[in-house]
Amino acid sequence: MIRVLLPTHLRTLACVDGEVQLEVPDPITLGSVLEAVENRFPVLRGSIRDHVTLRRRPFVRFFACQQDLSHEPPDMPLPQPVTSGVEPFLIVGAMAGG
Amino acid sequence: MSRVRLLVGTRKGAFVLTSDGKRDKWEISGPHFAGWEIYHIKGSPVEPDRLYASQTSGWFGQKIQRSNDGGKTWDAVGDKFVYEGQTGTHQWYDGTQHPWEFKRVWHLEPSLKDPDTVYAGVEDAALFLTRDGGQTWQEFPGLRSAKGNLWQPGAGGMGLHTIILDPSNPSRIFIAISAAGAFRTDDEGKTWKPINQGLKSAYELPDPTAEVGHCVHRIAMHPSRPGVLFMQKHWDVMRSDNAGDMWTEVSGDLPTDFGFPIDVHAHEPQTIYVVPIKSDSEHFPPDGKLRVYRSRTGGNEWQPLTKGLPQSDCYVNVLRDAMSVDSLQPCGVYFGTTGGQVYGSTDGGDSWTPIVRDLPAVLSVEAQTLP
Repeated sequence: MIRVLLPTHLRTLACVDGEVQLEVPDPITLGSVLEAVENRFPVLRGSIRDHVTLRRRPFVRFFACQQDLSHEPPDMPLPQPVTSGVEPFLIVGAMAGG
Repeated sequence: MSRVRLLVGTRKGAFVLTSDGKRDKWEISGPHFAGWEIYHIKGSPVEPDRLYASQTSGWFGQKIQRSNDGGKTWDAVGDKFVYEGQTGTHQWYDGTQHPWEFKRVWHLEPSLKDPDTVYAGVEDAALFLTRDGGQTWQEFPGLRSAKGNLWQPGAGGMGLHTIILDPSNPSRIFIAISAAGAFRTDDEGKTWKPINQGLKSAYELPDPTAEVGHCVHRIAMHPSRPGVLFMQKHWDVMRSDNAGDMWTEVSGDLPTDFGFPIDVHAHEPQTIYVVPIKSDSEHFPPDGKLRVYRSRTGGNEWQPLTKGLPQSDCYVNVLRDAMSVDSLQPCGVYFGTTGGQVYGSTDGGDSWTPIVRDLPAVLSVEAQTLP
């Protein structure tokens, strides 16, 4: 079971509280987890990745195990603590600065 | 007794303000979609409890929300806005050509006849249509063929912000785009022509009378006279009596003719309202006095309306989509400010009262007159 933590606004859109738990088939990659999130919550399509190009939106970040995975390719396998459910995969709204 | 509902979009959410026909006591609900920019909300003229809202965020993109109960509950519908065919390019800030890129929906215009049909004006400038209540959207690519390669975004973005459906001719639609101008279709959106003859932009364009490139801020029309259009341009208030084929300036005795909104009285097609703003470099009212100006002659002769509005130390702006009228007797006029106030007048503008004072910056106000 993959644990995913969504930012507040996306939790509101998806009508969920707290962490989301998802079954994701092997191989568990950055892209397959994002696809699983969007399949479970279609309202989030376009809000994490562009509808057409599937590129990460500029001010969305992906963190896991104290690492920034935002710039990794979609086929990158996620770290073992994430795939085993020990650590969550974090989808984060980037800092606004100011 | 009739009721009035104001649909208010702000920088940090949507608010729904409702009152009975007296319009002296208002209930305020919101924020809906707290934290999101709500560029525009508008109801279907034929099914007023059917509302559509443009919900947008620099982080999480575009959402479209639909309500079937007058804004009590909402459902996200489709938000996939994909340009048709070859995207093409427009002028970019550095003089190069730049591909069209979708950024957000500025304005939603429900059909005059069908609650499931809605037009959406977007940035980068284009017009989209849904016929299934917002689930899917298709572009009118012919608009970008109207010299779109020459359009160039201004500092506020290249947004399509005005959509006017001609009640006497279903094939005719008027639209306006920031820093591109006004356009008209007479064949239901297949082809478009620029309608900017008579506009002069001496300080904004190298050719002051260019066919496209004028920064039109807003156009208004009274439904009983669909060939008469009123325009607040970047500078200049303009009027056309032939559906946009030619424009003449009607700024007349305004203290400044820069501004954003323009609207028409519900029962007097010659009575129009603007909010003069000092200049394009100082987006606030002249002398710190918030004044709506009314012309009862379709322009040229203007009267300041100040009763109930702050007449000192006021430095708010009123954005292009933030003025609206109801259709009660007497006509109600409403506008919202970047300071978060929504003002209302129940006597056609003679006097004003703040309905609410401390909302987030107001982006849009739409009035609905309900049975």
